[in-house]
Amino acid sequence: MTDTTHDLQRLAASGRVPPPAVMAARARRWGWWYYVEYWLRTARAWFQSILIYMVGEPLLYLIALGVGLGTLVDNGVGTVDGVPYLVFVAPALLISTVVMSTGGELTYPVMAGFKWDRLYYGPHATPVSPAQIATGHFTGVMLRFTVQATIFWGIMRAFGAAPRGVLISALVIPIGVLSAAAFGSVLQAYASTLQDEGYQFAFVQRFVIMPMFLFAGTFFPLSSMPVYLHWIGWISPVWHGTQLARQVTYGAVEPLWLTVLHVLVLGGLTAAGLLWARHNYTRRMAS
Amino acid sequence: MHPVMSPGAGDPIVVAEDLTKVYGENRAVDGISFSISSGESFGLLGPNGAGKSTTMRMIGGTLTRTSGSMRVAGLDPAERGPEVRAHLGVVPQQDNLDEELTVRDNLIVYGRYFGLPHSYLRTKADELIEFAQLTDNARAKTTALSGGMKRRLTIARALVNEPRLLLLDEPTTGLDPQARHVLWDRLFRLKEVGVTLVVTTHFMDEAEQLCDRLIVIDKGQIMAEGSPRSLIRDYSTREVLEVRFGAQRNAAVVDQLADVATRLEVLPDRILVYTDDGEAALEEISARGLTPITSLVRRSSLEDVFLRLTGRTLVD
Repeated sequence: MTDTTHDLQRLAASGRVPPPAVMAARARRWGWWYYVEYWLRTARAWFQSILIYMVGEPLLYLIALGVGLGTLVDNGVGTVDGVPYLVFVAPALLISTVVMSTGGELTYPVMAGFKWDRLYYGPHATPVSPAQIATGHFTGVMLRFTVQATIFWGIMRAFGAAPRGVLISALVIPIGVLSAAAFGSVLQAYASTLQDEGYQFAFVQRFVIMPMFLFAGTFFPLSSMPVYLHWIGWISPVWHGTQLARQVTYGAVEPLWLTVLHVLVLGGLTAAGLLWARHNYTRRMAS
Repeated sequence: MHPVMSPGAGDPIVVAEDLTKVYGENRAVDGISFSISSGESFGLLGPNGAGKSTTMRMIGGTLTRTSGSMRVAGLDPAERGPEVRAHLGVVPQQDNLDEELTVRDNLIVYGRYFGLPHSYLRTKADELIEFAQLTDNARAKTTALSGGMKRRLTIARALVNEPRLLLLDEPTTGLDPQARHVLWDRLFRLKEVGVTLVVTTHFMDEAEQLCDRLIVIDKGQIMAEGSPRSLIRDYSTREVLEVRFGAQRNAAVVDQLADVATRLEVLPDRILVYTDDGEAALEEISARGLTPITSLVRRSSLEDVFLRLTGRTLVD
């Protein structure tokens, strides 16, 4: 037991801690990363179970939709966008599954941070700022999506569903993460405005995420839908991400301006969502 | 080291002037001023909703004040939040440990928020676990700990950056008496080695045990200030005689007790007779043929001070 005065003095002032100004300066610079470190430490607990899901989901999707449905499509209409259906649908499935995962990662855990377990209020009492907590949480989740997209891409390669060169098709990984960032940052910002979770997250799941999955050019080209439904694709990060992904995995052709636009939309949404989230965290935690 | 960062014992480490926090119509903290010396154990005593936690959060700069000034180690927390919080250890009213992490990981993660290196934190975590008497649970998930253990872990966590100032918001609320005494013991030891303690509480015994000096707060305002002993001396008598005549009779007999006491308080279930000699007062009451159902002579406490100042009990 730490009972002697000497031990206690060492506990209270060992002389091994830098001056407060130095601690504060480090936190100003790296506070967001300290929160990522925390996030990674918590991830150890659930990573194994989520790994099964991250491997299983692409396998199921690619077998069912790519191979199963694909055989039917290929026998019926031949190819889609000049490639077998599996090759057409696989990059879209990668983007969709990663974007859809934001529905679990940046909704309820945000509520746990503010309300259920008050986990954000631990670091809030330290030199780390609320805006850094927002960025740290976001970054941790993006690291998870990087792993998820990499596994998906590996399985696509194994199925022959990403026929372009290894390096170019591997670009689908950052494209997947960027797509998830575009939607996830906005979702995180929205979640941080909620005082109570009633039906909101379920609503987002059913009426925002599902339509994005179904109508954003995932299973068929956007152009084959009626014109009055095209807007769902245009406002959806899934469509912008999918179009980019198809270019790098099988060489889909698009005008350059449209490619640039996809990147700008995804980058712009990410930046705007993150700024909004940082603002919300700062305001909410200081009141 | 910067002189402002390391004032010696006795120098003010927290100075608040006319501190105010307004939420809409509600003046949660209404123009309070106080100063806390380095090495002191300072209490904010008041009922729930008095403005104690609000004041505490303004010290750390995690809550913006409406007006007034605040200096912590010479710095304004509103402008230099990270610098001020680097000086502080904070024990919040509600535990916010990550229950999925181990005891040890909770300490290490928290230390990283101060930019402390892993090499330091590995040994520091062990020292803190020992201090918190959690050695057997070091590698257990936090969710497995009892309420008292979690509270000790939260205190240990607050010490990871070796703060000169420890803010404790209702440190023993919800704990059983034994767990409270263990916790008080840990806090005493910290005070002994010069850590400044700021404690909010609505428990009289806690304030009397822990605080050198305190302010009594009600409705956002300071009602009185001083050491527990001086407050009792100034606002109460040496002893208190508590008598119960039954809910129906209490009001009826109170007029007959007026000249026995320095002061009387009639509560729903009992009458408090303030006097310097409780036994003598009880004899006098009995001599008048007013036999109470139960009676108790005790020393005056801060509860009595609060009752005197506000007309209300602290814990309803």
